[in-house]
Amino acid sequence: MATAVAADAGHVDEHHYTATGLDNRKLAIWAFIGSECLFFASLISTYLVYKGKSLVGPYPHAESQCMLHGEMQACEAIFEIPLVTFGTAVLLFSSFFVVLALYGAQKGNRRMLLGWLSATVLCGLFFVGMQVYEFYHFLHKGLGYTTNLFGSTFYTLTGFHGSHVTLGVIWLITMLVLALRGKLPPEKSLNLELAALYWHFVDVVWIVIFPVVYLMR
Amino acid sequence: MDAHAAHGHAEDHAHPTPGLYLRIAIILFVLTALEVAAFEVGRNAGAPLHALIEPIVVEILLVLSAAKFALVAMFYMHLKQDSKIFTNFFVWPLVIAAGVILALIILHEYWIKTTF
Repeated sequence: MATAVAADAGHVDEHHYTATGLDNRKLAIWAFIGSECLFFASLISTYLVYKGKSLVGPYPHAESQCMLHGEMQACEAIFEIPLVTFGTAVLLFSSFFVVLALYGAQKGNRRMLLGWLSATVLCGLFFVGMQVYEFYHFLHKGLGYTTNLFGSTFYTLTGFHGSHVTLGVIWLITMLVLALRGKLPPEKSLNLELAALYWHFVDVVWIVIFPVVYLMR
Repeated sequence: MDAHAAHGHAEDHAHPTPGLYLRIAIILFVLTALEVAAFEVGRNAGAPLHALIEPIVVEILLVLSAAKFALVAMFYMHLKQDSKIFTNFFVWPLVIAAGVILALIILHEYWIKTTF
């Protein structure tokens, strides 16, 4: 009896209920996500305000004259839509994988949890790798951070998103390590749910960034 | 009302099944494909439906993007099943964010018109 009471007390402490009956950690992550909406709104609006106002190339969708290797040259359009589309699909599928991992965690299905969580981490690593490759490729094509307004706003917006994805990957790897050690039982699945909510948020931000930055000419 | 009872009312809603998650994933994939298709048709003058799509390509992209956003928020982030308090924590900042974007664009265009 004493053990049961102690276990129940531990359970209550673990979930930290508020007067609303909601877990305060879940409220906190939603409040954080709400504040992040405003952060990304400022970056997206800055990108849109300066869209099409660069005085020198390279441009996102059109050929131009730009400074490359110390001399003015003809520069091709900088975006590679097929690669980014593939990266977008991978990020969308990672959201699908993490909800399956959460489902596995809530049902106590360790194999499902580990498998889908590993897949999510791999997708996240692929997306970060794609972005690093894209930045390196753009630098090689002559688009530096201070080259033009497009470069400054593009690198700031997608760079901040990429840093959020990187943090999300680190968080998910932490969850994976906990799951591998058997420290993510069903009663602690909220820990994964919080990480999953953050991961979905970086996904929905990309859902906005992809058409606004890459597809709108 | 004790914490557990309140918790039971507020949070113990059944989350979707893997089957529903898969259907949402397929819809998201199709919507992304439609976005890219609209972009390609809009930029290639020789593509079929170019004359129809090109003038409204931005609107098409915004609608498809909003649909994807809503699907992820409702089903993957569980806002459809969870407490409405979480929805309010997300939707109202989104409304303010949309207002910030709109206001900055309008202000900047006004500044350019009045300055140059």
